[in-house]
Amino acid sequence: MILRELSEAFGVSGNEDDVRSILLEAIQDHVDEVKIDALGNLLTVKRGAGDEPMRVMVAAHMDEIGLMIVDHDDKGMLKVQAVGGIDARLLPGTLLAVGPERTPGVIGVKPIHLTESGEMEKVAKIEDLVIDIGAKGKGEAQEAAPVGTYATFTTRYRELGPTVTGKAFDDRAGCAVLVELLRGECFDFDLHGVFTVQEEVGLRGARVAAYAIDPDCAFALEGTIADDIPKEKDESPTTELGKGPAITVMDRSFIADRRLVRLLTGTADELDIPHQFKQPGLGGTDAGVIHLAREGVPCATVSVPSRYIHSPVAMLNLEDFENTVRLMRSALGRLTRATLA
Amino acid sequence: MDAISLLKELSEARGLSGFEGPVRDLVRETWNPHVDHLDEGRLGSLIGVKKGGGEEPRPRLMLAAHMDEVGLMVTGIEDGFLRVSRVGGTDRRVLLGLEVTVHGRRDLPGVVATRPPHVLPQGERKKTVPLEKIFVDVGLPEGEVEELVSIGDLIFIDRQMTELANRRVAGKALDDRACVAAISLALERLNKIDHAWDVVAVATVQEETGLKGALASAFGIAPDLAIALDVTFGEQPGADKFGTFPLGEGPAIGLGPNFHPGLVDRLKKVAEDREIPYHIDPIPGRSGTDAWAIQVSREGVPTALVSIPLRYMHQPVETLAVEDVERAGRLLAAFVADSEVGLLDEIAWKMGEGS
Repeated sequence: MILRELSEAFGVSGNEDDVRSILLEAIQDHVDEVKIDALGNLLTVKRGAGDEPMRVMVAAHMDEIGLMIVDHDDKGMLKVQAVGGIDARLLPGTLLAVGPERTPGVIGVKPIHLTESGEMEKVAKIEDLVIDIGAKGKGEAQEAAPVGTYATFTTRYRELGPTVTGKAFDDRAGCAVLVELLRGECFDFDLHGVFTVQEEVGLRGARVAAYAIDPDCAFALEGTIADDIPKEKDESPTTELGKGPAITVMDRSFIADRRLVRLLTGTADELDIPHQFKQPGLGGTDAGVIHLAREGVPCATVSVPSRYIHSPVAMLNLEDFENTVRLMRSALGRLTRATLA
Repeated sequence: MDAISLLKELSEARGLSGFEGPVRDLVRETWNPHVDHLDEGRLGSLIGVKKGGGEEPRPRLMLAAHMDEVGLMVTGIEDGFLRVSRVGGTDRRVLLGLEVTVHGRRDLPGVVATRPPHVLPQGERKKTVPLEKIFVDVGLPEGEVEELVSIGDLIFIDRQMTELANRRVAGKALDDRACVAAISLALERLNKIDHAWDVVAVATVQEETGLKGALASAFGIAPDLAIALDVTFGEQPGADKFGTFPLGEGPAIGLGPNFHPGLVDRLKKVAEDREIPYHIDPIPGRSGTDAWAIQVSREGVPTALVSIPLRYMHQPVETLAVEDVERAGRLLAAFVADSEVGLLDEIAWKMGEGS
């Protein structure tokens, strides 16, 4: 399962090299063209077998949230800033890998014994947290992790039964779905599989990739929010684990193209592929910039529901993953110019 | 014994307060080659006796470190998710995103979770999550969870110990397994050292829930002297002033009403003779360690406390300097080696010498 390798790889926004190498290795024998662009996006083309004159872009982002070392204190601690939307509530107590050598480091907070009860309620700001790598002074810390060094979680992929846990399922789950699509049979049209960079810091990679490809339509593949967990009042979950791929109708970044949504739901209904709609209005994906490329690109987003994204340990259901691959493969198999007519 | 591998084994072993079985088995195996016999106390503390060379009846020195750790327990099952309560002083601020194992009808891997920030009102994202909103997710269908888990099942934190720079290590339960390691290192040293006193090493249970194991085993052993070992606050960001100690500059020796001044003086002298660096840890009252229970056992026991500075206490990243553990082990072994049969008279309160 390539998801394991992808999940455990190190790839904070702006530093996606390791993820890109794994993906390159995984797909290069299955595509006709491979290119790495100025920002580091991995662009692939799988030529169509038929004569459908159409370019279809399918994008998944390689980057993950993390931390960047921005300063050092006299005691040898590393000061950090967030890269992307990291949840400050769950940084205390984590074990991190710092820099290319993956130097181990930890984040702790003041012991509970020394913390007054009012203080327990407050989430420590990221600026007030430090990574402890065991360095004895400023010089040693600077040498081990210079300013600009990236750090990320070290969670290992773990199988729980029908579900698996690991870090960075947002969006290595999408990357793994795209790998499966590229490894499969070709479609009638040219499939432009794109592994993008810098989604978590503002959908940067997808923007230039969409410009370069100039697709007729596009799909973003995501590992999206699943919050099908108990809560005090009734709030419909964004998505639920085990109920199939989540099709986006509208999120914070775009409104999905109705024709593509119909293609997806029609395919799913006909083939009995379980699927669900993501609750409208939450989250955003690469589709947010792809649909604005040049004169505009019809876009849709399909996601593998993942609990606890942006945390050290996310969870997804492997059946959802398989069904996402099936749905995408079948829907793309039916996609023609007429779909967009 | 290599201190780092010993610490790693002890740190990663499971043993919540009141359910110390797996870590007890590990300590038994570790101590077995170095003691004359091993016993289990009524509450589950492990007691290893190493006989001295003095004439019977020999005086007895008790060395105590607790082997229990903090964790969670299942209090309810809701839609396949587990509600939890704390065992000991678990810090709820570090629970989110932890990988755990639920000790159900079989061991179930899981994660500690709450609702994602994306769906929370802005104000709520800035507050730490109360225990009522935290649960454990084992990723199984609801029916299967109900079958495999019941209320009262234990939840262990899964965290491998990691080596940082400068022979510092980070992991869970180093409070107080680091001190169990220090006692183990001392017992190993004593194999090669003649000593007059009997040494009774105890890995106590249920310290985190109220010093229970120390209380019961001190009664059973009825020692003439006792040294408790625990961790103390390491200097760290946010806690770098009074009452904290830098890592890597030696263990601390407690001073205050919980500790017998004559015994403390002897410990300091042994440390100075052997050139083992140490700090003095002034504790004006309750020490919150096994020493507090042992001191008032039976007719009273002259007691001391040796502690190892540790950062991020009760978090799964407890960090310490390995050399401090080794020094604590050397200090204990040297103390035993230097303890003559008449030591008790030497340190006893003297009539008419009050100030």
